[in-house]
Amino acid sequence: MNRFQRGARLIRLEEVAEGTYVLALECAEIAQRTLPGQFVNVRLQEGSWGPLLRRPFSVSRVDGNVLELLFNIVGAGTRLMASRRSGDILDLLGPLGKPFGTETPFETAILVGGGLGVAPFPILTADLRRRGRSVETYLGARTERHLCRRHLENVLVATDDGTAGERGTVVELVRRHLHDRMPARPKIFGCGPTPMLKALASMSLQLGVECELSLEGDMACGIGICQGCPVERTSGSKKYALVCTDGPTFHAQDVRL
Amino acid sequence: MVKSSFRLGDVEFANRVFVASGTFGYGDETGDLVDPDRLGAIITKSLSWKPRDGNPPPRIVETASGMLNSIGLANIGVHEFIEKRLPHLRTLRTRVIANIAASSIQEYCDVLNLLEAQEGIDAFEINVSCPNVKEGGLSFGTNVELTREITRQLRRLTRRPLIVKLTPNVTHISEFARAARDAGADAVSVINTLIGMAVDIQTARPRLSTVTGGLSGPAIKPIALAKVYEVSKAVDIPIIGIGGIGSAEDAVEFLMVGASAVQIGTMNFVDPAASVRIVDGIAAFAEAQGYADVASIVGSLKADVSYSVLQSWL
Repeated sequence: MNRFQRGARLIRLEEVAEGTYVLALECAEIAQRTLPGQFVNVRLQEGSWGPLLRRPFSVSRVDGNVLELLFNIVGAGTRLMASRRSGDILDLLGPLGKPFGTETPFETAILVGGGLGVAPFPILTADLRRRGRSVETYLGARTERHLCRRHLENVLVATDDGTAGERGTVVELVRRHLHDRMPARPKIFGCGPTPMLKALASMSLQLGVECELSLEGDMACGIGICQGCPVERTSGSKKYALVCTDGPTFHAQDVRL
Repeated sequence: MVKSSFRLGDVEFANRVFVASGTFGYGDETGDLVDPDRLGAIITKSLSWKPRDGNPPPRIVETASGMLNSIGLANIGVHEFIEKRLPHLRTLRTRVIANIAASSIQEYCDVLNLLEAQEGIDAFEINVSCPNVKEGGLSFGTNVELTREITRQLRRLTRRPLIVKLTPNVTHISEFARAARDAGADAVSVINTLIGMAVDIQTARPRLSTVTGGLSGPAIKPIALAKVYEVSKAVDIPIIGIGGIGSAEDAVEFLMVGASAVQIGTMNFVDPAASVRIVDGIAAFAEAQGYADVASIVGSLKADVSYSVLQSWL
């Protein structure tokens, strides 16, 4: 494995949608090696134990030596992240995890993101476009103000309150569109809250479309040691896989959510 | 240069810093992040006779200056360890201590016997103190007679250093240290995790699937230090101190209080580079004190024992 523990300089922190922030960090060795679907485990502060553990974030986008993370403030850790300043050095572990499978033969990538699940889609889109694949993106969010469409392609949206796109869930939106017109040789990439992933997995099974999911898991180490982030497998002799090293990307039918 | 090495039985360790069981896998997975040969020893994840899946999630919860875990001794089992993981460990210079966990005295003996026949294992650490499994674990470690009996039976099966890992979830840990010592243990590890729990008030549910788990991290350091101190007043065999060590200064506290060596645990999750920094920091401290040997720090605590509340039960 080729992972690094490096100090990354905070270049930019800005709010890009309601309650959603982009954190841009300069770290050449990690940025240059990150593949779509991988994450970094971020130490929020040194010399203090509150919070103690690192926090894992998908790498949202890579631009040269800079990697971008996307986050919402949901607790003590992310509150601390949002208070860091330009020039601060954050200790990163990465790149971590198994990336999305973009090398397999398919023609059209269908990206389905719920809320902050949009996070890995910019880096995934860039990779897919480099490989000459078509990309269709479906996003779901609470309201129009919560949507984050930066660096994506062919985006259709669904909002809970109907202030943008269709009113309803993103999985329903995808289902209707694929029913009307199934693109050539499709592969679905899903990321978002677990109930959304379950619905997406079920839909892809019904339609017979290959589907890869990016899972979240409570993590301590993020590097495959502590065994704290298990997800149940659907086959094989081992009951659990680890989200941090066997994932976070999994074939939808390989895991039980 | 300060002497860092120390001996336990016939085994010489390059320094007094080990990585704790369950925090470093099987020693072959984090070579890209930390050089295991800089450490005194790697202690393996607890090995059982058959592979164990571990407990259902959620298995970990962050708490104030610490974390709760209820992993449940998830491990690949001793057979796969020997076949697939031990070969790489044999290529390392660092010492390898096999940690053993079991549900019955017979199983402890079977696992140890199998490992004893292998090359590459330098010592054994016996886990009688896991709070996250229903059979074995704490039910042994909270019973003085069983602790004594397991140690006695395992002692007959090996001449390698035998270390018994004690739980703090007892009234008088010194009793257990004495029992292990009497039964032939070469050293004791003090302490394993403390039983704790956390609650999600939105759902009114425990945050761990097993309701309770083991607390570790900086929050437990004061407790661990007091337990090491208590044991140091009760037995003469070496003590390996564990509990919330995050820096060389923390490690020196344990040595001063009477530990001959220390284990780094939870800190390995936070900062993989920490263990090596602690090795160097301990040597630097000894040097700054004008010591020729880190051993001079061990037990150097200046305390009037008559003031100690612990005295009433030593």
